[in-house]
Amino acid sequence: MIHMENVVKTYKVARRNAGAKAAFRALFRREYELIRALSGISFTIEDGEMVALLGPNGAGKSTTIKILSGILYPDSGRVECNGFVPYKDRMRYTREIGVVFGQRSQLFWDVPVADSFELLRDIYDIPEADFRKNEAELTELLQLQEILRTPARQLSLGQRMRCEIAGSLLHSPKILFLDEPTIGLDAVSKLALRQFVKNLNEEKKTTVILTTHDMQDVEALSKRVIMIGKGKLLLDGTIDDIRKEGESLDESLVEFYEGIDGMTGKEEEQP
Amino acid sequence: MKKYLSFFRLRLQMGMQYRAAAFAGMATQFFWGFMLIFAYHAFYESNPSAFPMEFSALVSYIWLQQAFLALFITWRFDNDILAMISDGGLAYELARPVSLYRMWFAKNLAMRLSEAALRFAPVLLVAILLPKPWGLSLPKSPLHFLLFLITMVLGLLLTIAFLMIVYGLTTRMLTSYGIRIFLSSVMEFLSGQVIPLPFFPDRIRTVLEFLPSAGMQNVPLRIYSGDLTGEAMIRAILLQLVWLSVFAAAGKLLLKSAEKRAVLQGG
Amino acid sequence: MRHGFRLYRHYIAINIRSAMQYKSSFFLTMLGQLLSTVSTLFGVVFMFQRFPVVKGFTLNDVILCCGIVQMQFSLSEMWARGFDSFAQIVRKGEYDRVLLRPRNEILQVFGAKFELSRIGRLIQGILMLAYGIVRIRIRWDFMKILTLFNMIFGGTALFTGLCIVRAGLCFFTLEGLEFMNIFTDGAREHGKYPLNIYGEKFLLFCTVAIPYALVQYYPLIYILGQRDGCGYPFLPLLSLWFLIPSLALFRFGVRHYQSSGS
Repeated sequence: MIHMENVVKTYKVARRNAGAKAAFRALFRREYELIRALSGISFTIEDGEMVALLGPNGAGKSTTIKILSGILYPDSGRVECNGFVPYKDRMRYTREIGVVFGQRSQLFWDVPVADSFELLRDIYDIPEADFRKNEAELTELLQLQEILRTPARQLSLGQRMRCEIAGSLLHSPKILFLDEPTIGLDAVSKLALRQFVKNLNEEKKTTVILTTHDMQDVEALSKRVIMIGKGKLLLDGTIDDIRKEGESLDESLVEFYEGIDGMTGKEEEQP
Repeated sequence: MKKYLSFFRLRLQMGMQYRAAAFAGMATQFFWGFMLIFAYHAFYESNPSAFPMEFSALVSYIWLQQAFLALFITWRFDNDILAMISDGGLAYELARPVSLYRMWFAKNLAMRLSEAALRFAPVLLVAILLPKPWGLSLPKSPLHFLLFLITMVLGLLLTIAFLMIVYGLTTRMLTSYGIRIFLSSVMEFLSGQVIPLPFFPDRIRTVLEFLPSAGMQNVPLRIYSGDLTGEAMIRAILLQLVWLSVFAAAGKLLLKSAEKRAVLQGG
Repeated sequence: MRHGFRLYRHYIAINIRSAMQYKSSFFLTMLGQLLSTVSTLFGVVFMFQRFPVVKGFTLNDVILCCGIVQMQFSLSEMWARGFDSFAQIVRKGEYDRVLLRPRNEILQVFGAKFELSRIGRLIQGILMLAYGIVRIRIRWDFMKILTLFNMIFGGTALFTGLCIVRAGLCFFTLEGLEFMNIFTDGAREHGKYPLNIYGEKFLLFCTVAIPYALVQYYPLIYILGQRDGCGYPFLPLLSLWFLIPSLALFRFGVRHYQSSGS
């Protein structure tokens, strides 16, 4: 079970105005701005759920994922995942999760993918038999046979993403975080990836939490949708709460965001 | 000319943003200056008569060298330019109505000036206030100061003209890193960055003084304290001018042919 | 612990295999280091042609000293490169990945980069040391050999500690960390001369504040036979205390980590 309660996170960012004069002044005095990434977020996710985190750029989705996966300390609030406080019990907790960042790689760039997998085996202390079994299974399911001996830098984006996902599942995590996994992928890779994640969730009961901007991902994968905007929880429901007749999902989503902006202060009462 | 000026201004502004880097640079240069001076002092004490410069002239040389380091360093290249050459972006650069040589020259000049502008004044100010044997002395005479300023400009231009030749060679090679570090290391050593030219063995030094490398930091920094005067000084300034024109011509030639090749092959 | 070693060996193996993919860049980096060391060395040789003995040290003594410092520095650069280039790791957000793994963060950063190309500088250091050993008449005994090993070990640890300090500071700011070069590159460059050359006060600073003198000047004069005493061979090991505040700073910094971007 994943549980977040009233979580707040603030970043401190240096501010700088344009122009030579401002640049010169900044030499001596620097102004900081506090940016509130999360201002009191609460939700609970049960084991085996598949949830999509939605929200415009800069809404706080990545911050949420980073707090849930133990990368960031929240300023205040309570976080508990599978009985652990992620940022405190990092060493034990991270054995139970897998994380894929669509924009970053966990594979060693210059060596064959299989070598990176073997390193992961040692990092996660995966028993040899389990490792062989998982590797074989994932190779089969994600069709990695051809590319395991190729250095990561020579893979196409779609191939690399398949390897990233396999890499983050070698240690059979109970929770899988996917941060924009389909970004930049072609249609074939997207479909294959969605199918794989769906099966994983249904058969292995792996909890999946994903962020995406692709509404088709959401439609294909998640029953439940959590929407964050300006650091607040806007909606915890299903995709049908957003959908409107006769519009594409993207259009409905834009309207939804706009509606929220107009109703500041009332966000929390949204269904 | 205006377009080069605006490049120049943009670079200058970019350089100003790195406040912390400027402070760090100053701290480093103070430290380096003190360490060098202490070490030379130990050599001086071991045998003052073997010291080839006045000790105060050496101290001034080191403080000026540290203050104006950014101007004369031979291995600081513009990474944007190097990236452009290696990934074939040269053709895009040619899409603008500018001369490659002048634009790159302006870029490098601005990069160096912006870096030095933030650092030199505090280093010099403190160095002047330091007590007797450790501080920067005043220039030997107003005339020497004037010549110091003029030769410093020439030395800076000569240093950049050298960089331009290296950029030019870089455009002709697949892997240029090797030749680049080789040329800039040799140039650095021969220009008096590691030890000032007077400390080289006399026979080597006589040859070195005729080389282009001597015209970079060696000439202005030694004119300032009067270590270089009279005929030797005039000869050194003339050599600066000669080498500057030779280097500029060579660099232009190299970049012209690079332009031609880029147009032919599409970058 | 045993698993830790196995993992570290694995990291190194992968790093070396990666480096071998770029052989030309590997050799060119070595060339660059060779040239910079050669010009330093020429500078020293030229200085000693004019001044044969400075504060009791001859050219050969200085070459020996320079070789040892090069070895200390290059060994630390080689195996602690992950800390050395830590600013990049933080800037690119790669530290996220470190935190996502059920392993000690420090072990992972050590493993993140193993820079084999620094072997160039190491070899130069060994050559200079060998030259010094051959040219200087030292009456080697067990204690002196032990002193030499302790110097290299303690010095590597000290430079590693400094890299960790810089890495720890990366959690607070990514700007201006160049000033740390004073303590690493500066120590390598100016450590070519025995530290008493820079004056008594400086020597004192390098004994108590950042213990360079414990891995350079004091054991050196013992090896050269200028001083005698059974404490000298073990002085370099005292520099290990420096690792404690370094690691503490790093641990403290992790709490400040603001993962970059989205």
